[in-house]
Amino acid sequence: MNSVFSFARLGALLIKEFIQMRRDRITFAMMLGVPLMQLVLFGYAINNDPKSLPAALVATSSDPYTRAMISALQTTGYYRFDHVSQSAADAEFLMSRGDVAFVVTIPADFARRVERGDSPQILIEADATDPAVASGAISTLGTVASQALLRARGMQEAAAEAALGQLEVVVHRRYNPEGISQYNIVPGLLGVILQMTMVMMTSIALTRETERGTMENLLAMPSSPLEIMMGKVLPYLAVGGVQVVVVLAAAKLLFAIPFTGSMSLLLTAVLIFVLALVLLGYTISTIARTQMQALQLTFFFFLPSIMLSGFMFPYRGMPGWAQVFGEILPLTHFLRIIRAVMLKGAELPAVATEIGWLVMFVALFAGVALVRFRRTLD
Amino acid sequence: MNAIDVHGLVKRFGDKTVVDHVTMTVAEGEIVGFLGPNGSGKTTTIRIMCGLLTPDEGEGTVLGFNIRTDSLRIKREVGYMTQKFSFYEDLTIGENLEFVARLYRLKPLNEHVATTLEDLGLTSRRNQLAGTLSGGWKQRLALAACIMHKPKLLLLDEPTAGVDPKARREFWDEIHRLASGGLTVLVSTHYMDEAERCHRISYISYGKMLATGTVAEVVKNAGLTTFVLQGPRLDQVAEALQGRPGVDQVAPFGATLHVVGSDKKKLEAALADVEKEHKGVKVAPGETSLEDVFIQFMSGSKDNMA
Repeated sequence: MNSVFSFARLGALLIKEFIQMRRDRITFAMMLGVPLMQLVLFGYAINNDPKSLPAALVATSSDPYTRAMISALQTTGYYRFDHVSQSAADAEFLMSRGDVAFVVTIPADFARRVERGDSPQILIEADATDPAVASGAISTLGTVASQALLRARGMQEAAAEAALGQLEVVVHRRYNPEGISQYNIVPGLLGVILQMTMVMMTSIALTRETERGTMENLLAMPSSPLEIMMGKVLPYLAVGGVQVVVVLAAAKLLFAIPFTGSMSLLLTAVLIFVLALVLLGYTISTIARTQMQALQLTFFFFLPSIMLSGFMFPYRGMPGWAQVFGEILPLTHFLRIIRAVMLKGAELPAVATEIGWLVMFVALFAGVALVRFRRTLD
Repeated sequence: MNAIDVHGLVKRFGDKTVVDHVTMTVAEGEIVGFLGPNGSGKTTTIRIMCGLLTPDEGEGTVLGFNIRTDSLRIKREVGYMTQKFSFYEDLTIGENLEFVARLYRLKPLNEHVATTLEDLGLTSRRNQLAGTLSGGWKQRLALAACIMHKPKLLLLDEPTAGVDPKARREFWDEIHRLASGGLTVLVSTHYMDEAERCHRISYISYGKMLATGTVAEVVKNAGLTTFVLQGPRLDQVAEALQGRPGVDQVAPFGATLHVVGSDKKKLEAALADVEKEHKGVKVAPGETSLEDVFIQFMSGSKDNMA
């Protein structure tokens, strides 16, 4: 009777715990359905050696050597020439927008130099903001290019050896010549940190009022849904602003991340992003019934944001369906903006589409939250 | 114009009808007690009146504003005190009052807050967190916050639950003072003594309005007869009375037994039998109390919350 441990009492506790677990549907789903979903999602989506990367080709001549070179690059599986015969300026813009990962330039005198045996050159510019993305494509380059050239000339083995030394593949790692991975990670971290804290803090905004019983009083007093939403969201927007300053200062002072682009453009984009995040949190808060559920939903959203946005794994390495999924995450668009502006010095036209996406998220989340907000206790 | 004039209110949650065709009128300046057992629909009815819930059926006006279309106007003119303390426990008393005063756009802000604190006698404690107040003080703070914007109608949902008798007495004195100033009050309660302090009462049970009127009217209309029994071994007498035709309620009150029935003749016959069987038991006519009436109502109505 007075024993320290009784199976009957343990049984009582276990039964009670299972009943409570079953009652809380969202928690139950988080424990069973979500891990499986995420395993499948991430398992198929993530690929550390991205292939078929979009590339722009700048080639003025269409001689056999140039054609052989292009087809050899495509055969490696790394390059996918979406944009052909652009001018150098066009190609530059495409890269700063992040539309292409490579710009391959084959000079007009390439064929002439090959014929003459006068050390021909090709130039490969790689977007090195994410050093990992470009590495596979670059490492195979030298051999592939030389072999292609040899086949085109139909040389003998002995003569081939000599020509191999002559072909020069010039690789420019743009924006991050030393391939420092912090340049890629730290600006991304700003987005991730903002996402985690902003969404989490606002997601409990309404559920906390409901749980403490203050919601009933708030609703009984004259305050409109828009006022309540803005009253909840704006303080966290200010908190987000402070966070941005702290993280950017640390990026500069501790990691010496280059600030190539316009600061005002960067801050505008960050502000819109933070607004989208706090509104997302507020939307979660209109859906969840308890603070616990709100935090679970936040985390449910957080994991794919890290995995599929291009923060942790290269976006281009993901299959098409996963890239579509990535597009509906605000973090994806924010990462493109901050990397483009901070590292590439992109101007507004280059990031206008991405900013447009963020503005759309702001409108969407605010709309959903206002519709979802229960003005009554019904 | 009546302060409250609603008819045929129906509210369903799922397949449960929590408020079932409730009609109610409250005149200006009146204090109306809203009585009924737990889960009878009192809170739901009050929430419909202050615009927190939309009725599934029924129409009506509160302070002349349509409860369906004018809920924002109603919110501005009504003071609603929730059953559970619903101000911010992590804000001080002063901060809570300032918050409310700003929401109602009361000007000048400091004057309103200072006057309210003074009336409450909380001026010295304005910087204390509301969460650290005792139950009685929380209730006083909540009332003060509800009347700060000078509402014309006060809806109080079990305001004195868990409050000691002295604080309750003071609370009711305050309610009467406010009503004499023209404020209309609808207050739900479980306490019979509180019901008797109201001008009029309405009794609701399982969503249905069963009786309404002054306490005397409600007692009279119930048509109950009460006898008081005295004598030895009343516990055995009580047991003997249970279930006899005509006997609806048997309840011990100290050294006496209250026996209540709705059919006077049958009740008298039953008591005559018991008097014979148990020597020394004296039967005297008694006064039917409001509580007797309510117990009668409750046993008569079907429980739909099961």
